[in-house]
Amino acid sequence: MMADIVVDTKGLACPMPIVKAKKAMDGMQSGQTMEVLSTDKGSLNDFTAWVKQTGNELVSHEVENGVYKFLVKKL
Amino acid sequence: MEKQKEKTTIVLFSGDLDKAIAAFIIANGAAAYDHDVTIFFTFWGLNTMRKDEIVKVEKGWLEKAFGWMMPRGAKKLGLSKMNMMGMGPEMIKHVMKKHNALTLPQLIELAQEQGVKLVACTMTMDLLGLKQEELLDGMEYAGVAAYLGDATQAKVNLFI
Repeated sequence: MMADIVVDTKGLACPMPIVKAKKAMDGMQSGQTMEVLSTDKGSLNDFTAWVKQTGNELVSHEVENGVYKFLVKKL
Repeated sequence: MEKQKEKTTIVLFSGDLDKAIAAFIIANGAAAYDHDVTIFFTFWGLNTMRKDEIVKVEKGWLEKAFGWMMPRGAKKLGLSKMNMMGMGPEMIKHVMKKHNALTLPQLIELAQEQGVKLVACTMTMDLLGLKQEELLDGMEYAGVAAYLGDATQAKVNLFI
């Protein structure tokens, strides 16, 4: 599935990945998806919590060569 | 219908670099959680929000002495541990740069950009002899009641 937007936070430290994701999310319509890339080792727990608390959906996540990829759907 | 936003409030009492960084990272994280965030600056925490230049204001000698002894802004804060007469903060800043972490002035700017409410405690400003003109622009000025008004509705309340 191709995301509507890609947010690349590779190399950025906490709290920037969720700050950038939040900014992108604000500009999205409900039903749209966003792919977030991160190299922050805390980001799996961070994104799982953030997506849940903000009432959205974590469609999928994967790790590849130290890069976390999250597919988030705005509800 | 827009649902009521969650709230986070933080009291920044300390004027240490490490503690101020922690406070601003949490504040920015909470703002990214779409919370209404308030940081209430009191006592030494007020120094975090001082402008780094000298501002000409009317002061008594004791207030002037306080003004000279206290760090002038976020760039001048010391560490709560391993300060080593100012070597510690330089080391931390070097390490933070290496890890691509935001500096404290950048975190403050980000917080302002994200709409974090920055409130200075007017009572302790009087005690330390700090004037509004000496603090960064865009701050609000209030007392304990205003803080409690926000904190009562907040699930996250921190005293740092």
